Amino acid sequence: MRVCQRCVSLLLSRPLSAVLQHSTRALHQRSHLTLLQHSTRHTLSQRHSRQTWRHFADHQAASPDVYNMIDLAQKEVVPLNSDVHRIDLDAAVHTSPLQEISEEEAVQIQVPSALPPESSTLRPYVDKSETLSKLVQLGVNLWKLEQRPNVGSMLVRLDFHADVAPRLLFLKDLGVEESKLGQLVTKNPFILTESLDNLEARVSYLKSKKFSKQSVAAMVSKAPYLLNFSVERLDNRLGFFQKQLGLSAEKARDIVTRLPKLLCGSLEPIKENLKVCELEFGFRGNEIQHIVTTVPKVLIANKRKLTQIFDFVHNTMDVPHSLVAKFPQVLNAKFIRIRERHLFLEYLGRAQYQPSQPNYISLDRLVFLPDDVFCSEVALATLEDFERFQKTL
Amino acid sequence: MHNYKSMKLMNFSEVTGPQFHKVHVGVGHRLDAFSSGVLVLGIGKGNGVLEHLCKSHVTRDYMLEGEFGKATDNFTHTGRVIEKTTYDHVTLDKLERVLAMIQGANQKALIMYSQVDLHTQEAYELAVRGLLYPHGKSPPILTGLRCIHFNPPHFTLEVQCVNETQKYLRKLIHEVGLELRTSAVCSGVRRTRDGPFKVENALTRQHWTAGSIIQAIAHFSKATRKIRKLEMYKQTAGQLNSNAQVQEQTRMCENLVKTYSKRLTSVIATKGYITKY
Repeated sequence: MRVCQRCVSLLLSRPLSAVLQHSTRALHQRSHLTLLQHSTRHTLSQRHSRQTWRHFADHQAASPDVYNMIDLAQKEVVPLNSDVHRIDLDAAVHTSPLQEISEEEAVQIQVPSALPPESSTLRPYVDKSETLSKLVQLGVNLWKLEQRPNVGSMLVRLDFHADVAPRLLFLKDLGVEESKLGQLVTKNPFILTESLDNLEARVSYLKSKKFSKQSVAAMVSKAPYLLNFSVERLDNRLGFFQKQLGLSAEKARDIVTRLPKLLCGSLEPIKENLKVCELEFGFRGNEIQHIVTTVPKVLIANKRKLTQIFDFVHNTMDVPHSLVAKFPQVLNAKFIRIRERHLFLEYLGRAQYQPSQPNYISLDRLVFLPDDVFCSEVALATLEDFERFQKTL
Repeated sequence: MHNYKSMKLMNFSEVTGPQFHKVHVGVGHRLDAFSSGVLVLGIGKGNGVLEHLCKSHVTRDYMLEGEFGKATDNFTHTGRVIEKTTYDHVTLDKLERVLAMIQGANQKALIMYSQVDLHTQEAYELAVRGLLYPHGKSPPILTGLRCIHFNPPHFTLEVQCVNETQKYLRKLIHEVGLELRTSAVCSGVRRTRDGPFKVENALTRQHWTAGSIIQAIAHFSKATRKIRKLEMYKQTAGQLNSNAQVQEQTRMCENLVKTYSKRLTSVIATKGYITKY
């Protein structure tokens, strides 16, 4: 029994591709051969007199599907050839599956669990593979990962102690919380294949740019792909934000810490958004700076949605540029919400967005408050009234 | 959160995936992108009931907003303007006369398509009670039409109809304008009722959660059963559906105010996954 368990661990430590080439039983038997050759003790009590390799052959003969195994044994083990042939003739008498075998032999027969050579899910391999079971215990959502092409096979091939563990420890040292590690790997499984030197180089680069330890940890948790990008790329982007937006180093650090996705995506959409803000909307330079430092998401927002919101706020609600620049949260909100609330206020006659007039409603309160607070404080109506109004739109 | 009865790793949700991730959601009578209002959706087994609803000739209520003074290529106020006209001569009683004329024409069409001989007593009684409906395929027919609000150039009509499309209703507004020797465009189509599903029971966006949806389903289970029963009686006696079975199979249609069925599917799938535990 102990022997068989060792086989199983041998099975797991090899990459699955190797396993796929030989059947599991061949592996089982081969290891039996190597181990039995060295050991003198064996559990077959009846055939003491014969030599160990003959025992092995007999053992094989006694097992039910002997015909397959003997073929493979012949290929792999040369000295047994002649003996195997001789024994084969004898064994032919014993190989009927209806033949009664002794208790010890029955106990010896190990039915190895056949891992399917290919499967569309990782489920059959989870219990057997150490890597996969540790990942599941960590909280990695394997089901999501196996939907992505090739990620499943990559995960199965990883070795826990050589690949996965050092990187997880590295992330822990960085300051990423243990509970977040699962989510991180779910979003970015390729962090487990990135070389440790590269990861360390990038972290040291960020620290050299005066990002504090906590901010680096926060950035990595929020943007799991961050450490997969090269140092030049990170440098390029940080430089862009500082130059293009004209921000001080500290402000640039601030927006990057709050929205690390800025460092991950490409720069083209960001440049387009900036152009849109400047030319289409007509914001001045310092207004754009203020908007970006308050709501960095404007840089990566969808251009069309941004235009739609700004068009509604500026043209339909008659809010001037200065007010929009003062409350840039409005550009981040959902268009439907703004529209419904504005129409409701208009219906009630309370749509007053100029700070100089009485009953002024600031844009951030319009957008930020939850529905019930909005109804009671801003619109001075009940939630049912608001819903009834929504149904008339 | 994990089922501690079987701690086998391969049964963890992270490996198997969510319990419900393909929810069949079907739409009843369609509502095009320009229109808003009540939209009936069916989930899972309720999709069968949707079919019965479609076949059962239920009427639908619409509120149509119109505007005099221009004509566009797609009959809406967002289309390309083809012509502009004056509308000072339009008064409420002229409008009502035109509406009465249209309603008369539709009544004739209704009688013709319902294939009853109006000289018989039964036909007369059905007509009096308003139970005539067109059999088989018919063009859109308005069973009711009146003006709710008149404030030139804007006006609002309330319409009850059968077999309609929203484009037909917008065209109707255009024709009303033509009859009044001006032109009109439609600035809004809003469905307020689809058979037994009214706008008061509709779920607005804040209520698109699993809890409210289940409540709405329960609320309409009676109506669903009725629809199924009607269909059952229409079919031959070969169908044996006991009441209990119908009750079980009733997972059904509900109301939404805008057509966001994709969002609804994702809400149900994720919430259904959480409520499993």
